[in-house]
Amino acid sequence: MSVKPKPYSIFSLARNALNYHQGWQKAWRNAEPKRDYEVVIVGGGGHGLATAYYLAKECGIRDVAVVEKGWLGGGNTGRNTTIVRSNYLWDESAGLYEHAMKLWEGLSTDLNYNVMFSQRGLLHLAHSVHDMQEIGRRGNAIYLNGIDSEFVTSQQVKEMVPFINLDCRYPVHGALLQKRGGTARHDAVAWGYARAADNLGVDIIQNCEVTGFQVEDSTVKGVETTRGRIGAKKVGCVVAGHCSVLAEMAGFRLPIESFPLQALVSEPVKPIIDCVVMSGAIHAYISQSDKGELVIGAGSDAYLSYSQRGGFDIIEHTVGPIIELYPIFSRLKMLRQWGGVVDVTVDRSPLISKTPVKNLFFNCGWGTGGFKATPGSGHVFAHSIKTGDMHPIAEPFSINRFNTGALIDEGAAAAVAH
Amino acid sequence: MLLIKCPWCGYRDQSEFSAQGEAHIARPVNPHELSEEQWGDYLFFRKNPKGVHYERWVHSHGCRRWFNVIRNTATDHIHATYRPDEPVPEFSDEETDQPA
Ligand SMILES: Cc1cc2nc3c(=O)[nH]c(=O)nc-3n(C[C@H](O)[C@H](O)[C@H](O)COP(=O)(O)OP(=O)(O)OC[C@H]3O[C@@H](n4cnc5c(N)ncnc54)[C@H](O)[C@@H]3O)c2cc1C
Ligand SMILES: [Zn+2]
Repeated sequence: MSVKPKPYSIFSLARNALNYHQGWQKAWRNAEPKRDYEVVIVGGGGHGLATAYYLAKECGIRDVAVVEKGWLGGGNTGRNTTIVRSNYLWDESAGLYEHAMKLWEGLSTDLNYNVMFSQRGLLHLAHSVHDMQEIGRRGNAIYLNGIDSEFVTSQQVKEMVPFINLDCRYPVHGALLQKRGGTARHDAVAWGYARAADNLGVDIIQNCEVTGFQVEDSTVKGVETTRGRIGAKKVGCVVAGHCSVLAEMAGFRLPIESFPLQALVSEPVKPIIDCVVMSGAIHAYISQSDKGELVIGAGSDAYLSYSQRGGFDIIEHTVGPIIELYPIFSRLKMLRQWGGVVDVTVDRSPLISKTPVKNLFFNCGWGTGGFKATPGSGHVFAHSIKTGDMHPIAEPFSINRFNTGALIDEGAAAAVAH
Repeated sequence: MLLIKCPWCGYRDQSEFSAQGEAHIARPVNPHELSEEQWGDYLFFRKNPKGVHYERWVHSHGCRRWFNVIRNTATDHIHATYRPDEPVPEFSDEETDQPA
C-alpha cells in the first residue's frame, strides 16, 4: 500500500510553492493487477472512474479495479467539448441528467479536486418559427420537471453575446437559456475521480486491454487482458465507442453504431464569450476555455467508423455557420482538430443495463453527449452493480427498451446533439 | 473524405453519397409472427464491427442508385463495391479499391 494521500488545500499549495513544487505526491498509485476483484470496471474514462469511485465511497465495495487499454481519459472524456446541461425533454432523461447536474454542483469539494465546473449559462438558439415552437415545448417540459429553463428574446441574446449577427442567413428569433448549464475541465474530471477512487483503495490499471470475457453458465467470471486474466464477481463495461466490440466478445449485439465526432479549438484570445451558445438546427456550438481558446463542436460523420478522425468536409460545415453567426471570428486561426468514436443509439439515449450474461453490466450509448452525465451515470451504475438491480433512475435505460418499444427519443424530440 | 466507386458512375467524392448502414439484413417475411425480441433485433441491433463491414450506400447526388461497399471501419479502407444484384465479391485485406 502507498502513503496516505494528503488532501489538496491552500496550505498544501503554499507549502509546495516554497518547495518549488518538488514535493507533490502522485495523484494515484500505478497498481499491478491482482488475480481477483469483487468488481472489475472496463474503461478508464470519466464514467468508468466515477463508477469505481461511487462503488468505493457509497456502496462499500473497495475491492475494485479499473482496467484501461490506453491512458485515463484518453477516450471521449479527454476529447469532448465539455458542455454540461440538464435541459432534456423526456422525464426519464430529466431524471438522469439533473441527477448528474446536482452532483456536478458539489463535485470539486466532494473529490477534493478542482474540476473547474463553471455554470456560465447555456443558450440554445432558435432560428425559425419551428425552432421557437420546439424550444417552447421543451422549455416548458423542462420547467415542469423542476429544472431551470428560461426563454430569452433575440435582444437578450444580443446583450449576452454582443458580437452575434442576429440578422444573418440563420436569423436568431430567440433562445432557451439554462443558467445552471456550462462547462467543466474534462481531464480534471477523469483525474479527480481517479485520485479519489485510488484514495479509497481502487486499483487503477492503465495500458491493459480487455481482450475477452470469461463466462461460465452464462455468468461472467472475469476478463482476459493483455496483462493476463483478472477474475471478478461482477464486471461493469464502460467503453463508449468500443462497446459493440466488447459485446461481441461476450456473445451479444447492441442497438448501437459507432461514428467519428470532431471538435476544434482556435488560437487563444482574450475573454470574449462568457457563456455557451449552441444551435441544434445548424449544428454549431461554441464556448471559450479558460486558456482563451474558442472550443467548437462539429458534427459527426454519417458513416460507421472507428478511425477516431472524421472527415474534412464536416469541419467546413461547422465553421461556415459559426462565421455567419459570429463574423468577428472569421480571421481566427484554428489551432487543433481531433476526433473521438461515439456510440450512438437510435433514440439518442444511453444504455445503463444488465446484459444476457449474468453479472456483466454495460453502461454505454452516450454518443455525442455523455460528458455532462458523468457523475450521475457513475453514481446510478455503481448502485446498480452493487445490488444487481438497476437503480430507479437507470431502469428506463435498459437494453430491452429496443424490444419493448419504450424508446426515450431525445433525438427526434430535442434535435440537439450535446 | 472517402473516394467511393459507384458501380455505375465510377469514383466520386463521398459527399455525393449517403451511408445507409449495415447491408444484407433481410426484412422478415412475416413481421406479425415475430416476437418482440426478434422484431427489435431486426430493427435496431447491429454488428457495428471494428474491421470489415458490409454496408449500403446510395449515390444521392448522382445516379441515385443503391449499392454495397466492403470497408474496414478501423482504417476506412474500401476493399470493394458491388451492385445489389451481384454476389459478394472476394477481396484481400491488402487490396483497396482506389484509382491507380
Ligand atoms: C468531439 C466530441 C465532443 C463532445 N462534446 C460533448 C459535450 O460538449 N458535452 C457532453 O456532454 N458530451 C460530449 N461528448 C460525448 C462525451 O465525450 C462522451 O459521451 C463521454 O465522455 C463518454 O465517457 P466514457 O467514460 O463513457 O467514455 P470514454 O471516455 O471514451 O472512455 C472509455 C474508455 O474505454 C477504453 N477502452 C475501450 N476498449 C477497451 C478495452 N478493450 N479494454 C480496456 N479499455 C478499453 C477506452 O480507451 C476509453 O478510455 C463529445 C464527444 C466527442 C468525441
Ligand atoms: Zn452513381
